[in-house]
Amino acid sequence: MTSLPFDPLLLSVAAPLSLAVAIVLGLPKRWVMKLAYAGFAVPALVALWAWWSFGAAAKEAHGYAFLSSYSTGLDGFGIGLKLGLNGISLPLFVLAGTVGLAAGLYAIQSNAERMKTYLALLLVMQAGLMGMFASVDVFFFYLFHEVALIPTFIMVGIWGGRDRSYAAMTMTIYLTLGAMLSLLGLIAIYAKSGASSFDLMVLRDTLTSSPLGEVTQRHIFGLLLFGFGILVSLWPFHSWAPLGYGAAPSSAAMLHAGVLKKFGLYGLVQIALPILPLGALRWSHDLAAVAGIGNVVVIGMVTMAQRDLKQMVGYSSVMHMGYAFLGIAAGSVLGVGGVVMLMVGHGLSVALLFLLSTSIHHRTHTFDMDQMGGLAQRAPVLAALFLVATFASIGLPGFANFWGELPIFFALWNFSHWITVVALTGTVISAVYGLRAAARVFFGPASEAFTRVCAAQPPADIGWSEKLPALVLAAAMVFVGIWPRSLSTGIDRALTNPPTAAAAGR
Amino acid sequence: MDFAALRELASGNPWPAIWPELSLGCLALLLLVMETVLPKAAHRRIPVVSILGQLAILGLLLANFDTAYRETFNGLLMQSPSGQAMRVFFLVSSIFVSILARASLPGRGVPRVEFHHIVLVVAAALMLLVQSRNFIMLFVSLETVTVGLYILVSYYRSNPRTLEAGLKYLVMGALSSALLLFGIVLLYGVAGSAGLAGRTGDAMQFVGLRGFLGANPHNFMAAAGIVLVLSGVAFKIGAFPFQIWVPDVYQGAPTPVTALLAVASKAAGFIVLLVLVTEVFPSYDWLVGPVITVMAAATILFGNLAALKQSNVKRLIGLSGVSHAGFILLAVASVGQGPMAVGAVYFYLFAYLIGSFAVFGVMTIMAGPDDTAQELGDYCGLARESPFLGGVLACGLGSLAGIPPLAGFAAKLFVFVAAFKAGHFGLLTVAIAGVVISIYYYFGWIRAAYFSDESAISPEVAQRVRAGGGTALRVALALLAAASVVLGFYQGPLGRLVSGQ
Repeated sequence: MTSLPFDPLLLSVAAPLSLAVAIVLGLPKRWVMKLAYAGFAVPALVALWAWWSFGAAAKEAHGYAFLSSYSTGLDGFGIGLKLGLNGISLPLFVLAGTVGLAAGLYAIQSNAERMKTYLALLLVMQAGLMGMFASVDVFFFYLFHEVALIPTFIMVGIWGGRDRSYAAMTMTIYLTLGAMLSLLGLIAIYAKSGASSFDLMVLRDTLTSSPLGEVTQRHIFGLLLFGFGILVSLWPFHSWAPLGYGAAPSSAAMLHAGVLKKFGLYGLVQIALPILPLGALRWSHDLAAVAGIGNVVVIGMVTMAQRDLKQMVGYSSVMHMGYAFLGIAAGSVLGVGGVVMLMVGHGLSVALLFLLSTSIHHRTHTFDMDQMGGLAQRAPVLAALFLVATFASIGLPGFANFWGELPIFFALWNFSHWITVVALTGTVISAVYGLRAAARVFFGPASEAFTRVCAAQPPADIGWSEKLPALVLAAAMVFVGIWPRSLSTGIDRALTNPPTAAAAGR
Repeated sequence: MDFAALRELASGNPWPAIWPELSLGCLALLLLVMETVLPKAAHRRIPVVSILGQLAILGLLLANFDTAYRETFNGLLMQSPSGQAMRVFFLVSSIFVSILARASLPGRGVPRVEFHHIVLVVAAALMLLVQSRNFIMLFVSLETVTVGLYILVSYYRSNPRTLEAGLKYLVMGALSSALLLFGIVLLYGVAGSAGLAGRTGDAMQFVGLRGFLGANPHNFMAAAGIVLVLSGVAFKIGAFPFQIWVPDVYQGAPTPVTALLAVASKAAGFIVLLVLVTEVFPSYDWLVGPVITVMAAATILFGNLAALKQSNVKRLIGLSGVSHAGFILLAVASVGQGPMAVGAVYFYLFAYLIGSFAVFGVMTIMAGPDDTAQELGDYCGLARESPFLGGVLACGLGSLAGIPPLAGFAAKLFVFVAAFKAGHFGLLTVAIAGVVISIYYYFGWIRAAYFSDESAISPEVAQRVRAGGGTALRVALALLAAASVVLGFYQGPLGRLVSGQ
């Protein structure tokens, strides 16, 4: 399939992981700081390479390219490390590489305490993220997700802000519950399909030729929906998210909110929808109502009421996940394709917002938006980047998010008129809180508190060390915004190409 | 006496078949001989001899890993791949216990060589126990194990809590042996009674008893015997409602002995249970199935709920061990549905061995002058004092909690898949709830070690912590931590063994 002498997908997992192991084994600090660039750059380069060569690469069943498999000794149980990308996983793989690079660059310049441990955990997280989207085997898909998830808890617990111990504990228990429920759903698929294999390609082949009964599908999809729903902060199981993101150190929040959280949506799109279509249909109206009213409107209102910048970003990410669930509920190729695009767009914009919030905090020494104001005069570049991120986040054309939200709304209109109307109010809500936040932080007269901070320590604009990771994200956002076809062609093909075609061809 | 007859009987005894047990026994005797012969100054080398000897046996065992099924000693013992795996299991356990003891015993004013001697004898008896296919053989090896453990549990004889533990273990052990024996006698009696179909004079032999039970699948006396035998075994594995001795004994026993109890003794109980359920009692599935199912649910819930409020780490690990027994019981309850459940039991035991010994190793180093008083609060600041020990503790606890990608996760996954295939949906719900509850107390321990700003480590312990308990223990702990990570990703030969290839 490729002329490369190594498996690039495996490399994107192994490179950060082996660096993390080297750090644990006692690599000296000056080496760590240098090699860390490579540790984050290699996955990003592999992602770019995959993006570039995916169109021309030879496709196997279900549109997978770059396939490779490795035995781990459990072939008897139908488990093995199998890596590959299709049109749905490719955009997320690219997202993971990009956000990972930005989060890594931002972490390297951050001067965190216990820097070596911090970088090691981030690298483990990065390895998990790349592996998660590259896995074709459901067991490893889940395993890599947890590889990325565990460091989050530790990072919140050690480097977190307010209430870090409580936040870490809440997140751990909540997300473990979600992970356990989704695991149960995956086990159910494994056991009920009769395929005796965790290989997604085998599962899809088996279940297209002999689908599960409607009741079984309904139950399994329900399990997956609740399990994944908790992980993606589906209302009313969202309360861990603002708490956790509020406490998490910036790079961890970037990777978690930007990439890791997409695990649940990705699982629904890649695994649940194709093999449990009847179950999805049965749940779609409940899901649409909950996501539309709960995530979009209720959480949207809550977001508007936030005074804390980081909490606001946290809540806004919960709200935007509502659109993604609406797209899944709509179920058509247009809607689900929109979900994948939205995942990419939202991942990039929320990561950028978390990054910039921390940069703002360095200058204002507070997250309270009432105690800011007028920062644009002192840090114009920071203000410009923040505006870009806000515009993207509220779904203005020209950014990646737009190409996610627009198809979702079109698909939703065909699904249910009234939910579309409800959801459309969300765009107004997010415009209100997004622009108001930008106004309160950057424009208008400086608050008393901020004037005092300025007098004590005049804030400078962001330098290259902070600008570079921000520009990586902004550039990716704009690129996808003006050339969405670079991703959507593959998504379309993966979604419209019915799995039966591949099965029939065999 | 008719020597010719004896000789003929003995000619069927293939002694080389039990060479690992025999060499462990010889090694044990050698230690005692060395203690009498060598000058006092050289005595501290004797534990090293014990560890090296065990390593040599382990190497030979792995090099000659025999995967054949073979009946030996006229059917008293059965050699099998799983039996071989359990030999490795017990040998690895006893090596780790010896290493822990080497770090734990000095300075507590107790004889050292005898401790290692007894550990070796117990390990050999455990090996025989899991291979026995005859109730006499089973009982004799079980008593050898138990008597050895009576001594070991009360080894720190000047500590009142240890003595209390020793007494409790003695009383409870005697009770469980009595129940087991009574059950065996009932089964033997009813199997020999005239007038019943398929009666046999050889009901001590598992095969004979199985034949009889198959011919009488609803005999009340046999059912009573089965329940009593199961109760006796349930004591050993600490399953509800026979878990009452666990917290006190685990707390009072010296830490290496707690490890031996928690890992090796429990594992032996499970293998015996597995053998009984699959090879002897299958025709009584109507009785055994529900009993084990109920026991599994109650054990998971009790273990986790009781562990929630513990602050003494030895009690905590004991009660969490009870919940692990519940998870393994869940797999045992599913054995009717294909080979995955049996594989899951073995894999779970190995993962539990690795996770537990990692935690016990850290506990051994952290123990103050009073071995029984180790509180969660004492672990505050451990990760700052020694990132190495903190990492090992995190790997061990994470694996016990079943957090991916550690070995414990794969183990729990196999158990869940097996249970799902067997249709135990209610039990699975209980198990999932148990996992989520368990995260709370494991996390509390991790939180103390990692997230606490002030250090609660006394200077004396800090010195031990920085030294890492000596090279042998350091290497052992590093191996355990690495194994718990690697086994989550790559199961290799062990995976092939449990998945039946």
